[in-house]
Amino acid sequence: MRRALPIFVVLAGLLVAIAIVNPYFLEPPAFLAFVKRAAPLVILAAGQYFVIVSGEFDLSVGSLVTAEVVIAARLIDGSAEATWPVLALMIAFGLIVGLVNGIVTTLLRVPSFITTLGMLLILSGAVFLWTGGSPRGALSEQFRQLGRGSLGPVPWSVLILAAVAAAAVCAMRAGFGHTLVAAGDNDRAAALSGVRVARVRTVAFMISGLSAAVAAILLGGFAGVSAQVGKGLEFQAITAVVLGGVALGGGRGSVAAAMAGAFTLEALFTLLNLYGISGALEPAVQGVIIIAAVALGAVRFPRARAAAAS
Amino acid sequence: MLRMTGIGKSFLGVRVLGGVDLEVSAGEVHAVVGENGAGKSTLMKILAGVHAPDEGTIEIDGRSVTFGHPVEAQRAGVAIIYQELTLLPERTVAENVFLGREPVRRGMVDRAAMESATGELLKSLGEESFGPRDLVRRLSVARQQVVEIAKALSLNARIVVMDEPTAPLADHEVELLYTLVRRLTARGIAVLYVSHRLREIFDLADRITVLKDGARVTTAEASSLDTAALVRLMVGRELDSYYPPRAAGPPGEVILSVRGGGNTRLHGIDLDLRAGEIVGVAGLQGSGRTELAKALFGAEPFTTGEMTPRRPRSVREGIAAGIGLVTEDRKAEGILPNQRVRDNALLVARATGAPRNGIERLLERVRLSPPRPAQEIRLLSGGNQQKVVLAKWMSVAPRVLLFDEPTRGVDVGAKAAIHDLMRELARDGMAVLMISSELPELIGMSDRIVVLREGRVAGELPAGSSEEAVMRLAAAS
Amino acid sequence: MTQQLKLRPVPAGGSLIRRLSADRPARPVYVALALLVVLGWLVFALDGGAFLSQENIVGIQQRSAALGIVAVGQTLVILAGSLDLSVAYLISLTSLVTAEIMAGSDTGVPVAVAAALAVSALTGLVNGLIVTRLRVHAFIATLGVALVIRGALDARYDGPAGSVPESFQHLGYDRIGPLPVSALLWAAVAAGAWLLLSRTRLGYRIYAVGGDTEVARLSGVRTERVVVAAHVLCSVCAGIAGLLLASRLGAGAPTVGTDGGYDLESIAAVVLGGTALAGGRGGVAGTVGGVLLLAVLDSIFNQLEVNSFAKDVVRGVILVAALAIYARRRRTR
Repeated sequence: MRRALPIFVVLAGLLVAIAIVNPYFLEPPAFLAFVKRAAPLVILAAGQYFVIVSGEFDLSVGSLVTAEVVIAARLIDGSAEATWPVLALMIAFGLIVGLVNGIVTTLLRVPSFITTLGMLLILSGAVFLWTGGSPRGALSEQFRQLGRGSLGPVPWSVLILAAVAAAAVCAMRAGFGHTLVAAGDNDRAAALSGVRVARVRTVAFMISGLSAAVAAILLGGFAGVSAQVGKGLEFQAITAVVLGGVALGGGRGSVAAAMAGAFTLEALFTLLNLYGISGALEPAVQGVIIIAAVALGAVRFPRARAAAAS
Repeated sequence: MLRMTGIGKSFLGVRVLGGVDLEVSAGEVHAVVGENGAGKSTLMKILAGVHAPDEGTIEIDGRSVTFGHPVEAQRAGVAIIYQELTLLPERTVAENVFLGREPVRRGMVDRAAMESATGELLKSLGEESFGPRDLVRRLSVARQQVVEIAKALSLNARIVVMDEPTAPLADHEVELLYTLVRRLTARGIAVLYVSHRLREIFDLADRITVLKDGARVTTAEASSLDTAALVRLMVGRELDSYYPPRAAGPPGEVILSVRGGGNTRLHGIDLDLRAGEIVGVAGLQGSGRTELAKALFGAEPFTTGEMTPRRPRSVREGIAAGIGLVTEDRKAEGILPNQRVRDNALLVARATGAPRNGIERLLERVRLSPPRPAQEIRLLSGGNQQKVVLAKWMSVAPRVLLFDEPTRGVDVGAKAAIHDLMRELARDGMAVLMISSELPELIGMSDRIVVLREGRVAGELPAGSSEEAVMRLAAAS
Repeated sequence: MTQQLKLRPVPAGGSLIRRLSADRPARPVYVALALLVVLGWLVFALDGGAFLSQENIVGIQQRSAALGIVAVGQTLVILAGSLDLSVAYLISLTSLVTAEIMAGSDTGVPVAVAAALAVSALTGLVNGLIVTRLRVHAFIATLGVALVIRGALDARYDGPAGSVPESFQHLGYDRIGPLPVSALLWAAVAAGAWLLLSRTRLGYRIYAVGGDTEVARLSGVRTERVVVAAHVLCSVCAGIAGLLLASRLGAGAPTVGTDGGYDLESIAAVVLGGTALAGGRGGVAGTVGGVLLLAVLDSIFNQLEVNSFAKDVVRGVILVAALAIYARRRRTR
């Protein structure tokens, strides 16, 4: 928790900075809109967290989001009845993609960077092969409600996000979460303590696939169907997780901090917009901040250890 | 040629070496012997520039030297051949020998010169089974040692330190090493030979320096000593350390039993572990001690033989059968360094879905002080880390607990606490197996001692046997 | 063996052949390449074309050149145990730097080339220093630098800009005899990198640092410098690819690097060639094979008129399958 604290401070600071420019920001409607906009990335970051904390990477989530949205549009094709079965199918598809990623990585021992890079190519190719090059069909109104509609004043996506966050925190508190972190921290010690390292890592990939499916459902509703909908999301999700103080290589960091990292990224974009920094410079600022954040983390670590030794 | 005077060194306030003198002359094999923890490795690492001494001086050829980095020691003519070889497996022999000092001609690495020089070195070492262009990965460990020695020679090393060089070698390879050592001394190179194996020492050494508890006991001509005298010098101390009293009654029922257990490293193992009993396992490095523990536990299972309870084929089967293993290498295999004490202590219970005891009770049971479950384990001392590892196993209440070097890197106080705990566990009806290369500990703790040699049970000794008896059984051949 | 020892020094020719065959990690990719060429020949024969026609071979080389040059650079950083995700944006940037400075005039060519290479070397230096000095994981460090470059590009450009003079376009389109200049450029870069890795101290140290940083350090290698140097060379390779693409397009384009997917695809080509992602093992020969493999595959798909999406699927499958096979070979040995 101590290690996770800085990201919450940074997030709070950013929110205050936004509120100074835009006093309405902290009022419920505006704030809920912000959360709603952030929801897909936060959910993806939560899923990516499980993979990263177990010591692996998942580069396939961006193309999985695109694939899910395109599949949904083609299958639903505007029909209301098809909505719920297709939603179930999307969830199943995300889980299966994660399962394949996990099995190839753990059993065939392909580095996860390559496994999921291969999956990225396969997914982005296969889905357009199937639809013939560009997205076809349309999402139904019911489907889109999940991304843009609301229950009373609270958007559905905020509720879904809350549920996902609660589930993620619970999973990390349960035995599963602890064995997952153990596998990422020291897989030999974990295996010699009875942890099924291959299995928990595979489940982590499945969770990441599931989170991509949920993010796709929200993004499909929110942003609509396009071939670009998931583009670059894998890097944004990894960035958010790392920003939250989670170490690449595994074993350190909390899921709450990873999600806070995603909120921070989103708040940063909002702030840059408000201050009139053009959308084009956004990535540059983002890049500098990421490197700085990780560098500060890296420098702090050995100092803490030295203090402990003396 | 080499003179080390008054060398002292402390780690974290614990004095591991004090006032050690060592003189080595050109062309001699100088053996450094002592029990584990006597300070041999630290002394050698100081000589190699890995550690800086807190006090004392090093002179080479009468010139005083200080080494801030291993490379400086190399330049001064000191080469060390570690137990873990420092070679790049994916590179060729020649590339390894000249790593960091590749000969250059017209801006390009002069491969021909490098390879012919390496070839010459290998030839001078009598090595004809491989050449300079072979990948190191494809060589046996014995041949990789030859590469290390060739590297030392290419540095014009005049003092070569060998730290337990025969530990990873098969028997027939040991002869090759002897030849190699004699070739080095014939060139006037001094060899500092660190080993536990007394036979080797008498085969090779001209002089022997005995270290005990971080101080030099004596330096003597090898011809003036025999095995018994040397062992007496090494271990001859008052048995002042306290060990908990042994169980009063006879041991209980057999909880674990192996007949004819074998795998690639072990052969025909017969062993019974009884409730209430601590069985010590002795043996030289490479005799199969750790392998035995891992086989019983299921981490590197037996492939042949009978075992009750059923032979575990995996760690989880071992745990399900009520077996636990406190591993030798705590850092690599025991702890989750970045996790808290609580998460380490509850790991086995969580991994196997066992019902959990309260963490406070658990930490109290292993006498962790202060018992702070939220502290990160890497911030604890070695002794406290080991207590947490112990707690990890106690949380699932195993019937058999295997300890591999349980007090390595543990301070004196924690050591006694761990000994007490082991005895307490046995008294409560657990079967305990303990591997230790520290003979006083093994003898002080064990109800009987099984001695391993080359993957087989060489014999069994009763409680209170002498260190000489154990050594003889372990080192005989 | 004694016989052989007496025969030293070995003649250089024999050494070269042994050296190439000793580069074992590259062997499987060439076996696969050979099989694929046979397959390609069959496909073209059945389809009424000629696979080994000059036209097709030239086409394959032409397509490979830019990716090949980037992948050679990527090989260097991966061997050193690092990684570079910034190459795609750097390619776009250098294509723009080139085209803007040339501005269609011949006189600008030398300055533009020098500027493009300087920009890329500087980027590599930044990458290397962030990785070594700030101790940021290469993945994050180079991703961050990529974002910074992207920001700069997005802020200044909406589309193609600048233009290169006709004389500079020779680089992209001309041939010397049967060989395209771009392929020769690739060959030169690859040969240079091969020479670097097999014949220079820096090359040796790249393998050492990637293989085991601690062993390298104990042998007196200044490991940080080696990593920085590898990053600079990798970025310069990306810069050369940027020059080549500018020459092809006749202008600079802010999306030319990302459209080509040069970041992830160059990494894919490197690992397909048998170079270990963890570093220390592999080489340029394998990477060249990996790039050619991808190009031959492309060419077969083109002949069969398979659409580009199927290509991605097959590439993904081949990539993962190849790595699974490598992992298996390493384990059973």
